Amino acid sequence: MEPLDIELQDGELELPTDPMLIQMGPSHPAMHGTIRIVVELSGETITKADVQIGFLHRGFEKMCERGDWTQCFPYVDRLNYASPMLNNVGFALAVEKMLGVTVPIRCQHYRVVLGELARICDHLVCSGAMAMELGAFTPFLYFTKAREIIWDVFEEETGARVTHSFGRVGGMADEPTADFKDMVRSGLPAVMALVEDGEKLLLENRIFLDRIENVGVVSREDAIALGWTGVVLRSTGAAYDVRKAHPYLSYDQFDFDVPVGSTGDCYDRFMCRQEEMRQSVRIIEQALEVMADDGPINIDDPRIVLPEKERVYNSIEGTIQHFKIVMEGVKVPAGECYSYTEAGNGELGFYIVSDGSGTPYRVRIRPPSFASTQALSDMIVGGMVPDVVPAFGSLNMIGGECDH
Amino acid sequence: MSQRVLDILSTRFEGAILQTHGQFGDDTAIVDPAQWKAIAQFLRDDSRLAMDHFIDLTAVHYPDREEGRFEVVLHLRSFDKAHRIRLKARLDLQDDGHVHIDTLADVWAGANWFERECFDMFGVVFEGHPDLRRILMYEEFEGYPLRKDYPADRIQPLVPFREEAQGKLPPFDRHEGMPFGRQTHDHRPGGRNLLGFEREDA
Repeated sequence: MEPLDIELQDGELELPTDPMLIQMGPSHPAMHGTIRIVVELSGETITKADVQIGFLHRGFEKMCERGDWTQCFPYVDRLNYASPMLNNVGFALAVEKMLGVTVPIRCQHYRVVLGELARICDHLVCSGAMAMELGAFTPFLYFTKAREIIWDVFEEETGARVTHSFGRVGGMADEPTADFKDMVRSGLPAVMALVEDGEKLLLENRIFLDRIENVGVVSREDAIALGWTGVVLRSTGAAYDVRKAHPYLSYDQFDFDVPVGSTGDCYDRFMCRQEEMRQSVRIIEQALEVMADDGPINIDDPRIVLPEKERVYNSIEGTIQHFKIVMEGVKVPAGECYSYTEAGNGELGFYIVSDGSGTPYRVRIRPPSFASTQALSDMIVGGMVPDVVPAFGSLNMIGGECDH
Repeated sequence: MSQRVLDILSTRFEGAILQTHGQFGDDTAIVDPAQWKAIAQFLRDDSRLAMDHFIDLTAVHYPDREEGRFEVVLHLRSFDKAHRIRLKARLDLQDDGHVHIDTLADVWAGANWFERECFDMFGVVFEGHPDLRRILMYEEFEGYPLRKDYPADRIQPLVPFREEAQGKLPPFDRHEGMPFGRQTHDHRPGGRNLLGFEREDA
């Protein structure tokens, strides 16, 4: 290193006094989404922040207008890739609402169980990633190992580990396998043991707690006006859960609690997620108890559900039925409807418009993390740069759904 | 969704509620675009309605209609009363190629990004919006992709390097960011320093 070549005299050294512009992202090692946060710093305090999204925009809504209703399922899978099953079921429910059909009770329980498993996955990813970004790598590995157990169940059921495309209008792609209940029952205790282990590493950790307590505080009124839903809203003390407030599927038959926070900081969001996993386990146990071992999974309507392969190949009626559904799509009555479910991040809404043909006229997705991410700039202004990381991590911004 | 909300609205804004319906259990009011903001404000502030929970705002393009080819669609919910409503305003393109309607960003803070998205995708200009920039697309994007007359396979022109980095959007100038490839530490003329700038002593 060369010696400094300037003669330093008192009062002559010019220090920069302009605010400093720093860009975090779009690919930042301490953040797990493709998002850019341009922050203006005065010292280490953030004076201004501009959150820029859209790096993962894939024109999902435009693509949906080009296929038939069933062909939307692979797209909605990729909205929130941490819990694809919840998106699948949410979209299926939206189309079923327009068709005016209700799936058999066995399918409802099946959807509930798969959905709650996906919710546990979602919360594991969020809590694990948030901890990892704050320097606690080990809990992330515990949580990933737990998620792996759930993914094994999904792989057995659907054939895919992440993007299942398993939902169908009027039912599911396949029946539950013979081992389904046993796999879930034996897997869940192992998952929860890992969750407990990971949680202990975090909640006894002074550094972790110091970095998330009283950071990123949002008040209840602000959260409601911002359109927050899901865990982020409940952490502020507002107990709104679509499963309780507007029950769908068979959720009204199960006994579970809605955990709420009190201050709306990152700690509350973290704790709400942890507690929701335990509530999900409660729901799954009850649902497995009442779910029948046999019975129909799909509704009995030849205009909506594909026929059995045996009928397709051996009877002309089956062939025509299959041909009509595949070539023309399921005919959804003209009109518009808004259907909403509780996804991993909150209220996942589908506003769909049909012109009566087999192709959607407009599929609008209301992504929960889009609403929560827009509050990020207000949350971090006035804080310090290190506070950005837990604030962003606890919002669980998922690029796929936030950027459409 | 709630029929009661529609009744209260129809009494209060008699001429401005053009049509109501309750399809698939969702109660909808089609309102006069000129009263858009007043109705929104009333929905939020009236104690019988208390629609404080912002849910969704989007638009739909109906190019085959004679008039009212753009529908701005708003979904609201009351947190305490748990009822929901959908408001729609039918609009047409103005001469500048945009659709104009009042912003709701000062009624619900959550409308901010949803309106930006709606502007980005449909070219709906929300009058009085504090920060109406494109949100999902980049600044130089041409057209509004979710309009029905935007072909899905349209190819956008290449964006040249920006002369001024406004708010630091990509693509950057070649001097910005980390240089690609292996660093050289030789002092020959034309050598580059760690930031990729040409050495001044060279």
